[in-house]
Amino acid sequence: MSRLRLTQEGLTEWLRRLGNIYTLYGPVLTGSYHEFKRLQDPGEIDWDYSNTRLSPKALFLPPAEKMFVFSMDPDDPERAILKEAPKDFGPRLVVGIRPCDAYAMKLVDRNFITPQYRDPWWEKRRQETVIIGYGCNDPCSTCFCLSVGSGPFDTKGLDVLVIKVDGGFSLSFCSERGKKLLRREPLGARALSESEERSLQDRRAHAEASMPKFWDEKLVATRPLLDIFNAPFWEDIQFSCINCGTCTFLCPTCWCFDIQDELWQNKGCRVRLWDSCMFPLFTLHGSGHNPRSQKLQRVRQRFMHKLKYYVDKYRNGVACVGCGRCVQFCPVNIDIREVMRLMVSHCQCSL
Amino acid sequence: MNNPYKPYPVKIDEIIVETDDRNLRTFHLKFLNSEDEAAFQYYPGQFAEISVPGQGEIPIGIASSPTEKGYLKFTVNKVGKVTTYLHNMKPGEIIGVRGPLGNWYPWDKLEGSNVVIIGGGFAFTTLRSSIVYMLDPENRPKFGNITVIYGARNPGMLLYKEELFAWEQRDDIVMHLTVDATNDPNWRYNIGFVPAVTKEKAPSSENAYAIVCGPPIMIKFTLPVLRELGFAPDRIITSLEMRMKCGIGMCGRCNIGTEYVCKDGPVFTFEQLSQLPNEY
Repeated sequence: MSRLRLTQEGLTEWLRRLGNIYTLYGPVLTGSYHEFKRLQDPGEIDWDYSNTRLSPKALFLPPAEKMFVFSMDPDDPERAILKEAPKDFGPRLVVGIRPCDAYAMKLVDRNFITPQYRDPWWEKRRQETVIIGYGCNDPCSTCFCLSVGSGPFDTKGLDVLVIKVDGGFSLSFCSERGKKLLRREPLGARALSESEERSLQDRRAHAEASMPKFWDEKLVATRPLLDIFNAPFWEDIQFSCINCGTCTFLCPTCWCFDIQDELWQNKGCRVRLWDSCMFPLFTLHGSGHNPRSQKLQRVRQRFMHKLKYYVDKYRNGVACVGCGRCVQFCPVNIDIREVMRLMVSHCQCSL
Repeated sequence: MNNPYKPYPVKIDEIIVETDDRNLRTFHLKFLNSEDEAAFQYYPGQFAEISVPGQGEIPIGIASSPTEKGYLKFTVNKVGKVTTYLHNMKPGEIIGVRGPLGNWYPWDKLEGSNVVIIGGGFAFTTLRSSIVYMLDPENRPKFGNITVIYGARNPGMLLYKEELFAWEQRDDIVMHLTVDATNDPNWRYNIGFVPAVTKEKAPSSENAYAIVCGPPIMIKFTLPVLRELGFAPDRIITSLEMRMKCGIGMCGRCNIGTEYVCKDGPVFTFEQLSQLPNEY
């Protein structure tokens, strides 16, 4: 389908009408950074944002969420029996996700929606959420999506792609779900002219040219896992790490979680919470034994999981989308791009 | 599809103190709903998450055999918050069970083979399940010789003592019970560590698989003995322990290399483990 062109007012008005069916979420400036918030009105969206500080994974996997509730009241006949905590699974429209982040949700799908088990909450939220992505005309200096299977205008995780063009926005519909949104016809839309299409392709070429390509996935994928695991460079990478976990909480493809019970008087709940492989408690056995007691082991686990284990397990690319958040916010300047370069150069040496 | 995080409600039917130090108790659990019991189809080697509402969940190997109907059996060591609370619970109280989880001992391969079971300490739970399963009159003809080497620190630390001594009397299973040391004058069996007893009894590796579960130190010294006896790494099977939460390969913490111990394991051969990082 060809692209439509809308003014900003036209786009906002269209989203406003879609807001009658969907709950809208979008990037909003909060303090000094942007975050995905439930919108009262699509006019709140800041179309000049670069990216949200936290990834949009919280929309699908909340940082803390009740899974079950139960009563411990001795007189309650249903005492100690867990019941699913009520949740709102109404239809949602998330506007303004960057293509890398939307692609990340697809990578995480492989963990949560498997032939054997399906995470009911992740799956339901994914099913009920339509994603309108926002192409990156000006990638950040820390972006490297092109190296890892995504790109500034990648539509793999999107239902609709919005791109900023001169004097407005271009819209392309990338999925059946996206096309259904056209039932609420965007007023004032017209097809993109040929010259506008050409200028859009120029923007794309400009954005892609600004990004480095340094990853050699095939090389790393064909190398034996234990050879990379035992490589000496992990010692250098882990040296400055303080195991703060910032990278894991910001990362759109870090999905690890904890499950905890809470009890208040006679009422209890089972909650799931984001967790991090950077923390020693993550793997501590009841006996006191800890298979990843050393910092090096934990740092290596995070990078190996994303760049090697995930690749070997699913044969479908790395579990990193190049959003660059971990590069920007690591307090000790550990740079995943450097880790990837070291892995590649290690693999270039003969076994 | 059912919610894989939701436990089946069960009632604690019986609690048995297993060891002299009172740190190990066996819990017999009965399903509150018969349809849950019908859905819980398991094989020896699998585990379940025992859910103690308000305290949390713990992954525990299933000690009963699928041939034993009407209840599930779990033997729990008292180590942390959930297990300590569970040890203080009483028959009749309601808890939950989620599972069965993980893979199981390779019963399709074990059929038609001789089976050598080597256990140490309280890692005998899924091994008990396996022995009961194989000794079931319907199953026994499917297996060749069954040899069991089981050791504990002293006679009072052996699990399932009555059953052990009953198996000892049978002629379709060879039992080598051992303790590290004892001053019990009535102890009629072996004295010595499991690796030494394995070497002494020298079970044949011909058409045989060995299942080894026990503390890391026991496994470390038993492996070379088994290799000397001719067991290939893909015929030595073990079950890993890891900290777990979800039990279904999603929460990430039991990840070793490409595997989630909870879903792709806990049963691995030493051939498989040799390809994985040594982070267990």
